[in-house]
Amino acid sequence: MKNDGQIFPRWCNTLAWASIAGLILMGGTMICLLAVVTRSPYLTRVDIPLEQPVPFSHEHHVGGMGIDCRYCHTTSEISPFAGVPSVETCMTCHSQVWKDAPMLQPIRDSFLSGKPVAWNRVHDLPDFVYFDHSAHVNKGVACRECHGRVDRMPLISRQETLFMGWCLACHRHPEGALGPREAVFTPRPPDQSEIRSWLQAHAGAPARPEMERPPSVTAQRLTDCSACHR
Amino acid sequence: MTPHSLTDLQKRIPAARGALLWKSLDQLANTPEFREAIEREFPVAADEWPDALSRRRFLILMGASLAAAGLTSCSRQPIEKLVPYVKQPEDLVPGKPLHFASSNVLGGFARGVLVESHEGRPTKIEGNPGHPASLGATDVFMQAAILQLYDPDRSQTVLHRGFASTWDAFLAALLQEENEWARDGGTRLAFVTGGVTSPSLRYHFRRISERFPNARWIVHEPACNLETPRVLPSVDRAGVVLSLDADFLAWGPGMLTNARTFARRREPGNTMNRLYVVESVPSLTGAMADHRFPMTPSDIVRLPEQISAEMRGATNPAAPPWLPPLVRDLRKHAGDSLILAGEFLPDSAQNEIRLLNEELGNVGRTVTYPTEALTFPGTHALTELASQMLSGSINAVFLLDCNPVYTAPADIPFAEALRKVSFSVHHGLYADETAEACRWHLPDLHALENWGDALAFDGTISIIQPLIEPLYNGISPHVLAAALLKQWPANDYDIVRSYWRGILANDDFESLWRQAVHDGVMAGSVSTPAAPPPAAPRAPPSPNPNAGSGLELLIRPDPHVYDGRFANNGWLQELPKPMTKIVWENAAHIAPATAERLGLHHAEEVDLIYRGRSIRAPLWVLPGMAENCVEVALGYGRTRAGKVGSGLGFNSYQLRTADAPWGGPGLEVRATGRMHRFATTQEHNTMAGRDLVRFADLTMYRETPHFAQQHGHTPAPDQTLYPPFTYDGNAWGMAIDLNACTGCSVCTIACQAENNIPVVGRDQVQRGREMHWIRVDRYFRGTVERPDILHQPVPCMHCENAPCETVCPVAATLHDHEGLNVMVYNRCIGTRYCSNNCPYKVRRFNFLSYVDHSTPTLKLQRNPNVTVRSRGVMEKCTYCIQRINFARMNARNQNRSIRDGEIIPACAQACPAEAIVFGNINDPDSRVSKLRTDPRNYGLLAELNTRPRTTYLAKIFNPNPELKNV
Repeated sequence: MKNDGQIFPRWCNTLAWASIAGLILMGGTMICLLAVVTRSPYLTRVDIPLEQPVPFSHEHHVGGMGIDCRYCHTTSEISPFAGVPSVETCMTCHSQVWKDAPMLQPIRDSFLSGKPVAWNRVHDLPDFVYFDHSAHVNKGVACRECHGRVDRMPLISRQETLFMGWCLACHRHPEGALGPREAVFTPRPPDQSEIRSWLQAHAGAPARPEMERPPSVTAQRLTDCSACHR
Repeated sequence: MTPHSLTDLQKRIPAARGALLWKSLDQLANTPEFREAIEREFPVAADEWPDALSRRRFLILMGASLAAAGLTSCSRQPIEKLVPYVKQPEDLVPGKPLHFASSNVLGGFARGVLVESHEGRPTKIEGNPGHPASLGATDVFMQAAILQLYDPDRSQTVLHRGFASTWDAFLAALLQEENEWARDGGTRLAFVTGGVTSPSLRYHFRRISERFPNARWIVHEPACNLETPRVLPSVDRAGVVLSLDADFLAWGPGMLTNARTFARRREPGNTMNRLYVVESVPSLTGAMADHRFPMTPSDIVRLPEQISAEMRGATNPAAPPWLPPLVRDLRKHAGDSLILAGEFLPDSAQNEIRLLNEELGNVGRTVTYPTEALTFPGTHALTELASQMLSGSINAVFLLDCNPVYTAPADIPFAEALRKVSFSVHHGLYADETAEACRWHLPDLHALENWGDALAFDGTISIIQPLIEPLYNGISPHVLAAALLKQWPANDYDIVRSYWRGILANDDFESLWRQAVHDGVMAGSVSTPAAPPPAAPRAPPSPNPNAGSGLELLIRPDPHVYDGRFANNGWLQELPKPMTKIVWENAAHIAPATAERLGLHHAEEVDLIYRGRSIRAPLWVLPGMAENCVEVALGYGRTRAGKVGSGLGFNSYQLRTADAPWGGPGLEVRATGRMHRFATTQEHNTMAGRDLVRFADLTMYRETPHFAQQHGHTPAPDQTLYPPFTYDGNAWGMAIDLNACTGCSVCTIACQAENNIPVVGRDQVQRGREMHWIRVDRYFRGTVERPDILHQPVPCMHCENAPCETVCPVAATLHDHEGLNVMVYNRCIGTRYCSNNCPYKVRRFNFLSYVDHSTPTLKLQRNPNVTVRSRGVMEKCTYCIQRINFARMNARNQNRSIRDGEIIPACAQACPAEAIVFGNINDPDSRVSKLRTDPRNYGLLAELNTRPRTTYLAKIFNPNPELKNV
C-alpha cells in the first residue's frame, strides 16, 4: 500500500484543519453567547417585573395620584437607604379607601398581626457595593435617572442593568445626570418651558450651592474604588 | 526549639548595635529556627496542600473546582427580600445607626458604654465619653461583650436535672421550698453571688434577707481581691508615681481613667511624670515604667517598711541599691507623688503604703481613700458554706452569676458539696460546670438584654439599658430576686425604674430618669468624699512569713479570659496576651535565670507541685520576670465553657487554696522532658531588627529633639520610577504616639469588632494565619533579667509609594485620591504578591473560609457597612473607610468640608491613652498635622521611600538621673 505504516488516512488532514477552525469558531461563539446572556434581561432583569405579595402600582400612585416619592421612601434624602414604607404608611389611606379590596388582604393581615410583608427586592446591588441615596439625591441626580419612569410602571422593574460600567459612565461624566435639586423627585423629565423657567429663576444667581464641590472633593474622587467599595 | 544558655544570650547584648530590640529569646539567640521562620513570608505549609495528594486526585479536584467556578458565575443573582417595619419606630432611619448609652459590668463595677445599633441589632460597643470610668475609651472586655451577646453557646433554656424545663415549673418548685424557708427564717438557705454594686439589686437582696433573716450570703469573685480597701488615685496630679505590684494602667475598674490621666502627664516636657514599678511579673504598667524593678512577691511585701525606714533616714544594708535615690525622688515630690499598692498585697503592706502616702502629704491631693464600700458585703465565707453543705445543714443554695464549681479553691470540694444540696439553683449566662452540678439552671440575660444599674469605681450611678429583646429565654436577676419575694409576674424595667422613683422621690422624676437613661449616668451621683479616717497605726515589723528559700507560686487572673468567664469568647481567646503574645492557652511563666538554674527549658512541660497538689503546665521563659517565682494565670482548663472555650490550657484553680488564693512560697517544679508547641504570634511579622521603635531619655530629647528622624536617610519624594500622585482634597493620615500607648491591645479587638474580622483558631494561628488588621508588637530592650519593654501598634501604613500596589496583577489594591491604599475584595484573586512585597507585614490572607456563614446569631453581630470577606481574598486595615465615607456623606449633604475629629477609626476611638490620632494631613490645623510636625514624629522604614501615612511619635523615658548606674 501507498501509505503503508500510516494510521490516519489523508483526509484526516482536512479533518484536523476543520476541527481547529471549528474550535476557534466555537470558542468565539461561546464568548459571544456569554456576552449576550450576561447582558440579556434574563440575567439583568431589566424590564422584567417581579411578582410581589401585593401588586403595587407605581403608575397608579405616582402617575395617577401624584404622590411624592418621599411620602413612602422617607429617608432618601438623609440615608444611604431610601426606605421602604411600613405597612402603617399604606394604611394611612387604605384604612379609608379600598379597605375591603381582596388585593390588599396581605397589608391588612400584616397590620393586624404585626408580621411584616416581605417584598421582593427589585434594585439589588451586590453586597460589596455601598450605594448612598442621600449623596445622589442631594446633588441633583433625579430618581428617574436610575429608576426610570416609575409613573408609567404598573409593576416596578429595573430599567438599567446596574452594571459597574453603567455606574462608572455617570461617575466619569456626572454632568449629564445632574439636574436642579427641585426636580429630583419629579417622575417625568422636565419639558422645555420648565427648563426655561428654572434657568430664569437662577439667572444671575450664584451657582447653586449643592452643585458646588467642597474644596476637598476632586473629580477623580468619584471614580476611586473606595467611593463605592469598602 | 533550641534551649538557650543565659550566658550566651547575655554575650549577644553588648555585641549588638546601640539599641538592640528583640521580640523573643529565640530572636536574641538568633537560632536557625528563628531565621528560617522570618525568611519565609508565609509559614510552612501555608501554600501547600497539607495532606499527601496524588496527581490523579489533584486533577479530579482541579477539574471539579473549575467546573464549579464556571457554574457559579453563570448563576442568576438570587432575589432578596425587603422587609419593612409594620410600624416604623420613631427616630429610626434605616441605613443609619443609632447609639444608646448603657453600662458594661465586670466584677460588679460599671464602665459606661455607647452601643451602636443597626435597625435594632447592636453591633459595636464604644466608650461613653460622659462616664467617669470610660471617658470614651473601652477595654478588651467591653469590646468583646458584643460577641458574648450573640454567642450561640449561651444557655437558652431553664434546666432541671439537666433536662429542659420552664420558668413556671421552677416557680412552682420554688413556692414549695419557700414556705419551708419562711418557717425558720432561711436557716438552711444560702446565696452565693458574684460582685454586686447595683443599688436596686442590693435593695432586693436586703429585702430577701428581711424575709429570710438567717440566710447566708457569700460573695465569690475569684479574680478580684474583695478585701482590698478602695483607693482613688488622681494619676494626673502626680509627678512621681511608684507602683508596688499595682497594674493600675491596665487592670481594675478605674484603669481606663488611670490610663487617660497618666497619658496626659506623659507629654515630654517640664511636667512629664516619672513612673517606678516594682513587680514580679511584667505587666503593661511595668512596660510604661521609667524604672522597672523585678522582685518576688515576698520581697515586695517588705518594701513599704524599707521605704518608710529610708524616709526616716535609717540606713538599711538589706535594702536594694536603687531604693535610696527612689525615696529621695519621692520626698522631693512630697504632695505631688503617689504610691500605689497592688491588689494582691497583704493588708499590712496596704496600710503601710497608705501611711507613706500620708507622710508624703499625698492623701487628698493625688490619692483619696474613700470609706464607703461599693460592693455588696457577704456574711460568710465560701469555705464555711461548703462544709455546711457537706454536713447537710444547708439544703438550699442559689448561685447567682458565679461558677464556683470551677472557680472555688481546690481545697474546697464545692462540686461534691453542691450535689448534697437538695435545692440548688444556678443563674448564669452559660450552662457551665456549676450548672451541671445544680438541680436547676436558669439562663441569665446579657447586659445588653436587660435593665439594671451599677456603680462605677468612683461611685457614679450608671444605668444599664437593653439594646435588643432577649435572644434566648433569659431571666433577669431582678426578676429572679422578685420571685424570691413572691412578686410575679415582674419585669426588670418596672423593678429598676420603681426603685429609682422611690430613691429620687422627686416631682420631676420622669425627666430625671429619662435624662439618666439617655446619658447612661445619673448626674451628680458622686458625693464629694468625706475626709478619710486615719489609717490604722503601723504594726511592729513582723518577720516575713513568706521568707524562705525555694520557688514562689503566683496565681493571677488572665489578662483576657479573666477568671475563666470569657473562655468562650473567640475574640478574647485569639487576642495575643500582652507580654507573651500567646493565644488560646495559658502558660507557666518563669525568669530566664531561674529556668537555667533549675535546668528547665522554654516550652517544656513541667509538673507544678504546690501544697500537695499538682498540675502539668507548659513553661514560658519570660524576660523581666522576678527570679525564683512561677506565675500561672487562671481561667483555662475549663470543661463546660462551650464549643470555643472548653479544653484549652491548664486549670490553675487546682493549685489554689482558700488561705493562699494568690499563691505563696513552697512550689516545686518537676521537668517532664516533653515539649509543648505554643500558639503565639510573638515572632510573626517580624521586621528583622531594624530601627522600628525609637526612643530616648528626656535629657537626650531636650538636646536633640529630632533624634527620631536621624536614623538612616529618607529619600526625596521624587526618587521613584512611578509618576507622582497629587492629593488636592483630603489626605488621610494617622499618628501613633508610642509615648502614650500602653500596649493594652484594645485597638486590635475594637478593629476586629468594627471590621468583621474572623477568628481563625489555635491551629491556624500556629500556621501564622491570624487575621488582626492592627497588631501590637512587643519588644524587649536591654538585659534578659531587667529589660525595658516597648509596645508598638502596627496597622497598614497606607504608603504613598505603596510596594503592594505595584505588584498586584489585577489592580485589586490601589491608591485613591485621598491617599488611602484601598483593597478591592471583589477583584482580588489571591496571588498574595502584595503581602510578599509589604515591608510592614500588615496584610492578611483568608487561607480558608474563616467567616461563620451558618450561625444565625453571629450574622447579627456583623457591621453592615463592611464587606464580609470570603476565602482566597487579601485584606488589611482600611483606616475604617466606612467611617470616612459616612462622615463624607454627612458633610457633603450639608455642603461643608469634613471637620477635624469627625472621623475616628475604631482603634483610635477605643484607645484609653488617646495614642492614635487620625485626620487630614492637608489641613495644617488638624491634630494629626500638628503631630506630624512634632520633632518626635518618624515614619516606619521611611528609608524605603514608601512615604507612610501612618507615622509614629517616638517614646521618651524620664529616668531618675541618680539611678543611671544602678
